[in-house]
Amino acid sequence: MGDDDRLPIVSEHDILTARQRGRELAEQIGFTGSDLTVVATAISEIARNIVEYAGRGEMEFELIRERAHRGIVVIARDQGPGIPDVAQALQDGYSTNRSLGLGLPGARRLMDEFEIDSRPGAGTTVTMKKWVQKRSAGVGR
Amino acid sequence: MAVPILKLGSDLIASIQSALSDEDLIRLKDDLARQIGEWRSRGVVVDVTAADVMDSFTIRTLLDIAQVGRLRGADTVIVGLKPDVAFAMVQLGLRLDGMSTGLDLEEGLALLRKRREGPADGG
Repeated sequence: MGDDDRLPIVSEHDILTARQRGRELAEQIGFTGSDLTVVATAISEIARNIVEYAGRGEMEFELIRERAHRGIVVIARDQGPGIPDVAQALQDGYSTNRSLGLGLPGARRLMDEFEIDSRPGAGTTVTMKKWVQKRSAGVGR
Repeated sequence: MAVPILKLGSDLIASIQSALSDEDLIRLKDDLARQIGEWRSRGVVVDVTAADVMDSFTIRTLLDIAQVGRLRGADTVIVGLKPDVAFAMVQLGLRLDGMSTGLDLEEGLALLRKRREGPADGG
């Protein structure tokens, strides 16, 4: 069913492509309204981090199912310089460039699950998940 | 895709027509800064109704636009933030401190007019 998707992230234009692709896939599995924008915004932030800090990388989307729940997993990988202090990078307002310092902590707030694996010199992998809320499907939680 | 900028009296209207790349946003910033001087504009309305997301880069650029406009003698109002976009911005932690906002283009233009005509209230 073509659940997996992988996009190279090498330029600013790929940020736009990635968030549009992510939104499309999220819509396919039942995300609606503001949750679509929430997923697209998180993808935009993380894809931009790749372009700004690593220069190039890739983003992979997976559609998952756990019992009755559907969700989207976004995996962002790069071979860039890595994040020396992940805890610090997850604080609001912390940024080593001119940005607002909301990329990582902001994306973490937008998604349901968020993990960073990063070592200096070995690149960074961000894995984040969002589950479809059941409110409109008539299946109570 | 470049953002068209319209001149209406002493104001400029930039109406975002589709999802924008970073490059489009930076071009908008430069175009507005230049046109404020060319037309001696006093106000700028940026209509973001068609923007798909407002991420931190977009907000940073809009704040830059407002700041540059102010230094060039023009007020900036952002209009057309959709509810779902506004919701995602709040969750992301983005704030538009120091930036005027209005519901739609009409309200944005009215706000600029009121500021020019109304008594100075230090706002």
